[in-house]
This record gives sequence, structure tokens and C-alpha cells, in this order.
Amino acid sequence: MSDLALPPSRGVPGEPPEEMPAGLSPFRASLRRFSNNHLALISIVILVLIALGCFFGPMFYPADTDLGDIDNISAPIDLLSAHPFGTDDQGRDLLYRVLVGGQVSLSLGFFGAFVSVLVSIAYGSTAGYLGGRVDDVMMRAVDILLALPFIFLAILIKIVLQDSGLNILGIAFDGPIASVFVAVVVTLWLTPAVIARGQAVGLRNREFIEAARAGGMSQFQIITQHIMPNSINVVIVYSSLLVLEAILTESFLSFLGLGVQPPDASWGSLIDEGAGRIDTDPRLLILPGVFLAAVLFCLNYITDGLRDAFDPNER
Amino acid sequence: MLKYAIYRTLKSLPTLLSLAIITFVMMRLAPGGPFSSNRRVPPEVRANVEHAFHLDEPIWQQFGRWIWGVLHFDFGPSFKYRDHTVAELIHLGFPVSLEVGAWAMVISTLVGLALGIAGALRRNGPIDYTAGAIAMIGLAIPIYVIGPILQIVFGVDLGWLPIAEWRGGWEYKVMPIITLTLPNIAYVSRLMRGSMIETIRTNYVRTARAKGIGERRTILKHAMKGAIMPVIAYLGPATAITVTGSIVVETVFQIPGIGRYFVDSAISRDYPMVMGVTVLYGGIIVFANLATDIVRGILDPKVSYE
Repeated sequence: MSDLALPPSRGVPGEPPEEMPAGLSPFRASLRRFSNNHLALISIVILVLIALGCFFGPMFYPADTDLGDIDNISAPIDLLSAHPFGTDDQGRDLLYRVLVGGQVSLSLGFFGAFVSVLVSIAYGSTAGYLGGRVDDVMMRAVDILLALPFIFLAILIKIVLQDSGLNILGIAFDGPIASVFVAVVVTLWLTPAVIARGQAVGLRNREFIEAARAGGMSQFQIITQHIMPNSINVVIVYSSLLVLEAILTESFLSFLGLGVQPPDASWGSLIDEGAGRIDTDPRLLILPGVFLAAVLFCLNYITDGLRDAFDPNER
Repeated sequence: MLKYAIYRTLKSLPTLLSLAIITFVMMRLAPGGPFSSNRRVPPEVRANVEHAFHLDEPIWQQFGRWIWGVLHFDFGPSFKYRDHTVAELIHLGFPVSLEVGAWAMVISTLVGLALGIAGALRRNGPIDYTAGAIAMIGLAIPIYVIGPILQIVFGVDLGWLPIAEWRGGWEYKVMPIITLTLPNIAYVSRLMRGSMIETIRTNYVRTARAKGIGERRTILKHAMKGAIMPVIAYLGPATAITVTGSIVVETVFQIPGIGRYFVDSAISRDYPMVMGVTVLYGGIIVFANLATDIVRGILDPKVSYE
């Protein structure tokens, strides 16, 4: 998947790579390459604006917007009124609902991708460094999970978690959101784990690892202090794609009724709701759809930009 | 060749078996059961029902019973649709799903190839940019947004095509098939464009041109053979995407296929139905990967059957 999302490269074939000033660290050079990619930079700006809008925009609304404005039912789009994009048939402000839904979608997406990256690096590094039979068993488990239809996994997770919810670090998540979150992590950590393992296998026999072993570091210390930090830079390029996939997975599950459910809203559940009412009010579908598509577009370009800038194989 | 096909088929059986075992065990371990409803049922009645469906046996015994049934093409009764067996329901729904899915695969591959080749031959031309735009839409807009938007435009506004109903005519299939093809068109055209650009720079294509056999034959016969390999390799994953997509498309367009059973049956703990649908979908994906490998072997002499 990763090498498919590339936009058509418009450069002239065989063009020499642009000159980099001497004495620039590889990371700095990559950053400079990335900052020359205007499409990716614009995407970051748009993404940040959407995120700020979702998290701070609802503050500018009257407190009872969730209940609906009974005097303005099915208000049309009027950018200057109190309801810029109108209201639905219960008087709820459309823009407000999409922004609040965006909070759920974006935080599930970023947090889900973040946890997936951590899990995958820890798992892949351990498997790759230990090698041998442990590696075989651990990667076989990944293969089997990859082969399972992920919707099926999501349904099972939902069945297990929907009533109990989840308590992570003292923050309680209610059932539907917890089950989506776990489903996102369970489906997404697999591919980066394979990448991280590959990196760890390459690192295992390097001199500095041998030195660490000779110096008396335990296996746990070597994995956490040497292998994992060195695997991060490989997976980090993949991580913006993970955010994209996490948001897609969340909205997909919510669309099928397996994810976020009323009274909570996410872009997926709003799209699901809107898709059922396209003949009465297409805005219900189009508004969350546009937000979702905009975020996905941006993440696509950012992923491409990051890969072009950081992936040494692409150069 | 035949030996390889048989070998690969046998090798895929353990995969399917472990899929079945995991599905079976996880389904039973999940809380709740097919007959635990809100209605108060006397424990004796419930015990009777569970006994009738062998739910009181140990899990390995139930699984053995299920495997034994599958070997006789008996997937058991559906718990939810009481009058039907799983085999009947699949028999009713699968041809519909297969028709939509197969058309989507064929059309997306052909359109994707055409767009990719056209883009590669006239880089940065109008066709290339159009293909790029289609690819970007296919990649970034999920099909559960595209489907309803098509319904709004062609069903509600223009009134050309019926929305959300199914009587089997072609007009009911157009929008679902278009919706299903878009993501794969995006991938296939990107893949084909990239590999075609690389291939037309190779020496053997230059030789073919130098022989003077004409541009059309050079591209379609010589360059195509080399350039199509990544697309062939992608057909396995493409099938998986189409299968997942069909669940969404069948929901959006109210198609009476088997995609909707996938979610329904798991939620209502219709154990035999879950097993039937999962194994069927697993089998399709395994078969697609097998077919992909065999076609690759035919086209690419470098792929060995060892």
C-alpha cells in the first residue's frame, strides 16, 4: 500500500537531485526537503486549521446546541446567521455537530495511530532482536492476524467491549468508543510491526549492539535503549499513513454501525446518518463527507511528502 | 504447473482451517449467545433449545461436528433466519454479490490499465491529469461517501437511476459497480503508470521500436508484458478490497447479497452463518491469491514454481 499512494512524479527523469549545502545532518536535510514540498506544507496548514476548528470552534456556540434550536428547524445555509450551515430536522446546528464529530474522529485517528506505532515498535523490535523461535512464533501470530478479515475482528472486539468500556490510565472510555479504539489499534499495528522487525534484524549484529552486550546490558535494556530508538525513524514515515488509515477505519466502522453511536458522533456515524436521508437533506451527508475527505486528502499529501523527504530508498 | 496449482491449494487449506478455528473459538468466547434475549425464558426451555443446536457440548466437539458437516457441504441451520440453512442463504445471496463484485474487478482492472498506459505515454497530458484526479478521489474519498453522493446526483437530482432498491436489472447495478471500482481504478492506474514509464525506457522496448514493428504493437505486446506484472501481483489485495467494499456497497444500495450477513450474523451470534460467510470470504481471498500466483507464473518466466 505504502508505495501506491504516491502522486504522479512530475519531475524530469534523470534530473540530478537538488544540491544540499554541505554539513547538513541527514535529518536536517530531510526536513529541508520536506519544507520545499509546498503541497505537503499547505496540507499541514489545512489539517491544523481543521483540527483547531473542531476542538475550539464549538466554544463559540451557545451551550445548548446539542439539544437543538427549536425556533430554527431545518434552517437553510446562511453564512451570516447563527447557524452558518443550517440545522437539521431537530434544529441541531449542522456545523456544530460536524465539528464535535471531528473531535472524536481526529482524536481516535491520531491517538490510535500513536498507540499502534508504540505497540508495533515494541513488538517488532523484540521479535527481530531475539530472533530464532521467539521471532518465528511472534511473526506467525502477526501473519494470522493479517489474514483475518478485520471487520470480523472489529465485531468481536465490539461484542467484548461494548458493555464494559475501557479504562486506560485512569481515563474511562465508554463501550462504543473503546471498541473502535481497540479495533483501530489491533488492525493497524501489524504492518509497522513487520517493518520494525526488519529493521531490528538488520541492527542485531551491528557493532554497537555487540558492544552493549559486551558491556553487560540486559536484553531488555538493549531492546528498549538501542533497538527501539533506531527502529522509530523507519516507522515514523509510515505513521502519517497510519493516521489516515486510523481515521478511515474509525469512520468505516461507525458507518457500518459498529463504531461510535448516538449520542456520541463522529464523521463516520454522521455520514451513516446522512446517507440514510439523502433524499430529504443531502447536507447531512455532504458536510461531514467534505470534512473527512479534506482531512484524508491532506494526510495523503503529507504522507507522500514525508516519504519523499525521509525515505532513503526513494532518493 | 498443474502440480504447483495443486500444491498451492493444499498449502492454503491450513490457512483456511486456522481461520475457521480462530473464528469459531473467538465467537464462542465472546459474551452473549444466540438465544440470550431480553425475553425471560424458563431455563429448561433454553437448555432444550441449546441442546437441539448442540450448544451444550464442549467446544472441540462442536467444532468437530461443524467440520464434519462442511465436508458433506452442510453448513448447518441459520439461528436467525430459522427456516433457512446457511447453505440456502448463501446460495440465494452469493450469485448477486459475485455478479457485482466480479464486474467491479473486471472493469476496474481494464479501466485502470487503460488510464495508466495512457498516462504513461502522454505524461502530464490531459489524460494523465484526469487519471491522477480520479486516482486521488479514489484514494481519499471512502466508498461510503462516494456511494451516497452518486445516489444524490444520479438518483435524486437527475432521476436517471433508481436508488436503494434491487430488482436485478442492469440499472440497479450501475452505481454499485462504479462505487466499488473507484478505489481499485486508483491503485491499478497508479501502478500501471509507474511500471509502464519504467518499462518503455528499457532496452528491449527500444529494440522493438528499432525493429519498426509500430508503436501500437510495441506498447501492447512487448512493453505490456513486462509492465503488467505489478498489477497482476496487486489483484490478490484488490480482491480483498472489493470483498470488504461489497459489505459497504450492499448496505448503501440495499443489494440482497451476502455482505450484509457478515455484520448481521456476528452481532446476532448466528454462529453457523458467521462461520459460513467467513470461510466463504476467506476462501475467495485465498483463491484470488492462488490465481494471481499462477497467472504471474505464466507471464513471468522468472517466477519459479519451486
